[in-house]
Amino acid sequence: MTAATEQAADPDIATMYRDMVRIRVFEETVQGLFMQSLVSGTTHLAQGQEAVAVGVAHALRPDDYSTYTYRGHHHALARGLDLEAAFAELLGRATGINHGKGGSMHLTDARLGLYGSFAIVGAGLPVAVGLGRAAQLRQDGRISATFFGDGATNIGAFHEAMNLASVWKAPVLFVCENNLYGEYSPLRSTTPVEDLAIRASAYAMRAQIVDGNDVVAVYESAREAAALARVGEGPTFLEYKTYRHRGHSRSDPAKYRPEEEVKAWLARDPLTVARRRLMDAGSSNEAELDRIDGAIGVEVEAAVERAKSAPWPELSEVTTNVYA
Amino acid sequence: MPVLTYRQALNEALREEMNRDESVFCLGEEIGRFGGSYRVTEGLLDEFGPERILATPISELGIIGLATGAAMTGLRPVAEIMTINFIMVGMDQLVNNAAKIPYMFGGEAQVPIVVRTPSGAGHQLTAQHSQVLEVWFAYVPGMYVVAPSTPADAKGLLKTCIRDNNPILFVENVLLYNDKGEVPDGEHIVPLGKAAIRREGDDVTIVSYSRMVNVALQAADALADDGISAEVIDLRSLRPLDMDTVLASVRKTNHAMIVHEGWRKYGAGAEIAAQIQELAFDYLDHPVQRVTGAEVPLPYAQSLEAAALPQLEFVVDGARTMVGKR
Repeated sequence: MTAATEQAADPDIATMYRDMVRIRVFEETVQGLFMQSLVSGTTHLAQGQEAVAVGVAHALRPDDYSTYTYRGHHHALARGLDLEAAFAELLGRATGINHGKGGSMHLTDARLGLYGSFAIVGAGLPVAVGLGRAAQLRQDGRISATFFGDGATNIGAFHEAMNLASVWKAPVLFVCENNLYGEYSPLRSTTPVEDLAIRASAYAMRAQIVDGNDVVAVYESAREAAALARVGEGPTFLEYKTYRHRGHSRSDPAKYRPEEEVKAWLARDPLTVARRRLMDAGSSNEAELDRIDGAIGVEVEAAVERAKSAPWPELSEVTTNVYA
Repeated sequence: MPVLTYRQALNEALREEMNRDESVFCLGEEIGRFGGSYRVTEGLLDEFGPERILATPISELGIIGLATGAAMTGLRPVAEIMTINFIMVGMDQLVNNAAKIPYMFGGEAQVPIVVRTPSGAGHQLTAQHSQVLEVWFAYVPGMYVVAPSTPADAKGLLKTCIRDNNPILFVENVLLYNDKGEVPDGEHIVPLGKAAIRREGDDVTIVSYSRMVNVALQAADALADDGISAEVIDLRSLRPLDMDTVLASVRKTNHAMIVHEGWRKYGAGAEIAAQIQELAFDYLDHPVQRVTGAEVPLPYAQSLEAAALPQLEFVVDGARTMVGKR
C-alpha cells in the first residue's frame, strides 16, 4: 500500500464522478453522431462501465501503460485523452488523435501510455505483458493494466498472457470488465464458470472480485494491486462485475436481455452509485451534482463542435505511417 | 576474413548488437541454457543473463505479443520462433498488432521487433515442420521479410534488422545453418531492400532467395558448361523487394526465371513475375518461368521429400529451354 500512497494522494470521489460523467456524455454524444451518420464504421460504447475505467485509471501513475479493446473510449478518456482529438478521430478528421486512421476501435495516445486499443479479442493482453516486462527490464517501477471483457477469458491469448505474467511476476493488472455478455451471448452460454476470477487460480495469480459499478471499490482494489505489482509482487486478476447499458455495437438494441436484469443494473448505474456516495458523505448535494453534469455537458458539446469544424485528412495521409 | 558458419554469423550479430545497445534483448523457447533449437543463441545466456536472454514457455502468441509491447516502449526485442511452422499460432500478434500499430496510431508508436525463425524442408521433418510460409508475411504492408542466403548476409542483415524500427520477419533456413563463408569482423551492415547479384551473366536471369540461391548458383555452373551465361540474383528480402535490380538484369538477359522453395500458386514467384511483365514486358523473349516446391504437404520418406523440393535439373532444364527458344 505504501507505494500507492507515495505515488499520489487518493482522488476524491467528486473527481472520479466528474471523469465518469465526462465519459458518459461522450458516449451518448457518439451514439447520437452515429445515428446521424457523422460517425461511421462501428462503435462499441461503454455506458455503464465507466467506474472500471475511472477507478483503475486513478490507481495508475501517469507514466504507467494500458492496453484495452475496441470497447475502449472510456479507457482512453479516463487516462486523459483529449476530448476534441477523440471526437475528431471518430469523425474522421485530420485533427483526430490518430490522424483519422484509427477510428473508434483504435483510439489511442501513446504519449499517455495508451499502448493500444485492440480489436481482436484478447490481443492486448500479451502486449501488456510485454509492457510489464519492459518495466521489469528497466526497473522503472511502471506497471501495465490490460482491460478486457468476459469473452476474452475464453481465448488463447488470455491464457498465454496470464501464464507469462505469473511465471515472471510481471507488473500487470489483468482487468476483466465482466459485463455478462460476450457480444450477443450471455456469459453462461459460453463459459462454464460464473466468477471468471477463478481462472486466475490456475496461474497461481491473486484475484479479486469487485463491484465494478462502485468507482471507490474499483479504485481501492486497483490501488492495492498496483502497489503490489510495483514492488515485485507480480500480477493481479481484477474481476469487475458490471453491465453494458447498451448493445454490443452500433445500433444493437440488445433485445436478448431480460427486462428485469436491465432494470436492476440500471438502478445500480455507476453514476448513481457515486452520487449516492457523495451525498451520503455530505460532501455534495443533488443540485451541485446536477451543476457538475451541466458543466461537463457544455465542455463535451464544445469539444464536439470544434471537432466537427476540423478539416478532413489530406489524401496523402493514406500512405504515410505504414512503416516507421 | 574469418570463416564462420551461418549459425555462428547469426550468433555474432546478436552478441554484437546486444553489446552495442542495451535495449536489445532476445526471447524465445529454449534459447537460454539450451542455446536455441538450432543453437543460434549458444553462449549468450552466460554473457547477458536471463533478463536479456529470456527463455520463454512454449507460447508463440505470447512471445510475439510480449515483444510487441516491449518494443513500443523503445526496447528492441529479437524473438525466436523455433520454426516458422509454429508462427501461425502467433500470427495474429504479428499481422494484426505489430504490423498495424504504426498506422493505427497515426505514426505515434513504433514496433521495432525482429522475429527470427527457420523456414524450409530437408530434414525429413514432414508436413508440420517443413513449410515455407514467409510469403504470407510479405503480403502484409507494415511488415518486412528478410531471408539471408550466406553467412555474411546472415550477420549483416540481422544487425540491420535489429536497428530498424519496423516489425521484421527474419527467415533463416534449416539447411543453411552449417554453411560456411567469410564474414567480416565487427561492424558489418547489409542494407535492407538491396538485392545482391551473386553471379553476373548475359543470357538468363535467375531470381531467388535463401537456400535456393545455392541451387541457382549450381545451375549457373551447369549452364556455363553449355555456354549459357546465367545471372543469379539473391533478393535478400521479399519486402522490401528490390525489383530495380531484377528489372535491370531482365532488360539485359531478356529471360527471367524465379526459383523458390515455397509453393507455386500465390508464391513469391507470382508477384515477381507479375512485376516483370508489368515493368519489362517488351524486354521478354520468353514467358517468365517458375521453379518451385511441389504443391503438397511435405512427406517423410527421403526420396519423397526430395521429390517435393525444387530440383537442380528443373532449373537447368528450364533455363536451357527458355534460352533455346531465343
